[in-house]
Amino acid sequence: MKHSIHPQGMARRGFLCLGAIIAATAVLPSKLWAAVIRPQTTFSATNLTSTFAELGGMPELHEGIIFSTPNIAENGAVVPVEVEVDTSRLANVEKIYVIVEKNPNPLAAMFTVAPGTKPAVETRVKVAQTGNLYAVVEAQGKHYMAVKETKVTLGGCGG
Amino acid sequence: MAGRIRIRAQQKGDVTEVKALMRHPMETGQRKDQAGEPIPAHFIEEVTVTHNDTVVMHGYWGAAVSANPFLGLRFDGGVAGDTVSVAWIDNKGETGNGKTTIR
Repeated sequence: MKHSIHPQGMARRGFLCLGAIIAATAVLPSKLWAAVIRPQTTFSATNLTSTFAELGGMPELHEGIIFSTPNIAENGAVVPVEVEVDTSRLANVEKIYVIVEKNPNPLAAMFTVAPGTKPAVETRVKVAQTGNLYAVVEAQGKHYMAVKETKVTLGGCGG
Repeated sequence: MAGRIRIRAQQKGDVTEVKALMRHPMETGQRKDQAGEPIPAHFIEEVTVTHNDTVVMHGYWGAAVSANPFLGLRFDGGVAGDTVSVAWIDNKGETGNGKTTIR
C-alpha cells in the first residue's frame, strides 16, 4: 500500500512537530529588553577561571570601583553587596557584574546601566562559603574589577 | 502567579533613588527537600527598571541572587509624579511587576 502509515513514520512526524513547537516557543517575546542578550555561557561557568575567561580574561584592578560587602557574613544566604563607580576616575560604565568565587556558578548578576543612570547598584546575593567577591565593571569595552573577601559563618547554599 | 513588587522612588536633588523588593523563592536547584528529592531551580532571570517609558537599568540574574531579591539604584532626573516600574521574568516564564510614582 502506498500511503501506509507505519509506526516509524508516525514517530518521526511527532518528533518534527515537537521541534516546530520548540522553535515557535524560542521566538516568543519572552524577553523584557532586547538590547542585551543573556550571557548564558558566563552564567553557566562553574569556576572563577572559566567565568573570567568568558569575560575575556581576568580584569585589572581599578580603584575607581567602590565595592562594599560585609567582611563577615553571618548568613551566607543574604549578603548585601553594593557596587559604585567613581565616574571621575572611570567613566562610561556600561555593565556591572557581581561574581562570587566559591559559588557553584560564580556569576550572580549582570546589570546594564543606561546612560543617565548612576553606575551604582545595590543587591543581596548568596555566598556558599568564605571566599572572594568580585565587582567587575565594563567601561568603554574594557573590564575592570574590585575584590573583597567575605567570611561566611553559615553557607548560602545549604540544603 | 504574578509576583508583587514593593518599590520606593524618592527624588533626592537631581537624582531619583529607587529601592525595590521582589517576592520570589530564588531556588538554586542545588537543594534537596526533606525526602531527598532535588528542588527544581526557580529564579528570576531578568529584571527591568523603567522611568516613565525609558529603561534605566536592566539585570540578568543567576540563582545566586538572594531569595526575595532587593535592588537599589539611582538615576538622573525624574520629578515627583513620574512613574517608576520594575518587571521581572523567571526561568519558568512567570512574571512580576510593580510601579510607583516618584515622591
